[in-house]
Amino acid sequence: MPLLALEQRLIERFQHGMPICAEPYLEMAQVLDCSEAQVIACLQQMAERGSLSRIGPVFDHHRAGASTLAALAVPAERLQQVAERVSQYPEVNHNYAREHHYNLWFVLTGPDRPHLQRVLDELEADTGLTPLDLPMLTAYRIDLGFALGDAP
Amino acid sequence: MSCPLDSTQRLALRRLLESGLPLLPRPYQALAQQIGAQEQQVLAQLDQWQQQGLFRRLGLVLNHRALGFTANAMLVLDIPDALIDEVGQRLGREPQVSLCYQRPRRLPQWRYNLFCMVHGRQRERVEAQIAGLLERHQLSDLPYQLLFSTQAFKQCGGRFAPVGARPHG
Repeated sequence: MPLLALEQRLIERFQHGMPICAEPYLEMAQVLDCSEAQVIACLQQMAERGSLSRIGPVFDHHRAGASTLAALAVPAERLQQVAERVSQYPEVNHNYAREHHYNLWFVLTGPDRPHLQRVLDELEADTGLTPLDLPMLTAYRIDLGFALGDAP
Repeated sequence: MSCPLDSTQRLALRRLLESGLPLLPRPYQALAQQIGAQEQQVLAQLDQWQQQGLFRRLGLVLNHRALGFTANAMLVLDIPDALIDEVGQRLGREPQVSLCYQRPRRLPQWRYNLFCMVHGRQRERVEAQIAGLLERHQLSDLPYQLLFSTQAFKQCGGRFAPVGARPHG
């Protein structure tokens, strides 16, 4: 099977769930009718190219800890510096510049809400900027995966 | 029947999982060795977490930017409170919406209470798709904004437990 086809099939089949067992790559290979070595090699290449961030669970931080979406309105000339400061925190997993007055958006996760509050307070003290703190209230859709084929 | 992991091992396992499974034929055995446990204990713990609903999913976590999905729009809408659940559920069923959350308003700075993520390869097509979405759901007249991302400074898995030193204690 050509590598690209295998990559596409791995993504489509195992993005949303893969077997929890002692030899998951072997089971995935059996489902896709190829060898375990091919599955591992393909995933390795995807990881090296950067298209695969990691393999494993995405924890529901709402149930397994605390999380919030935060935003800062950063003067343009300070954006890089403040973004680097925000990214230093291990509690920050996504950190994006966006086109808006609030131009820096990041997700904070931690063991509990007071922990997140300390990070927000520290950032405010450090940068002189007050973060918007927008924790999730209701999830209507939480699927982090996406379809390769029909996206615009 | 394997005995359960202790709390230190559970925390260590969770940190390891947040960095990703190793690409080895027995990945859970490798993790078990790192936390001083048996493979069976690690698998039992994962089953338990899965049953408790602590995982959104367990699978390949992709970097959409590296796959060419560089047009990443956050659509934010100001929906009357009485309608938020109905509108949120409707938008959440749209296949092109990957995340749909209600979040609090922070007046006067922030009026929007519904957040949708739409990913695509081309900005113009994402804009057209969102315009179509708003029209179909009769939302075009409500206040909304479209925030495209311009730069990704960091993208990785969420960390439950802080690891290592914090930047300033």
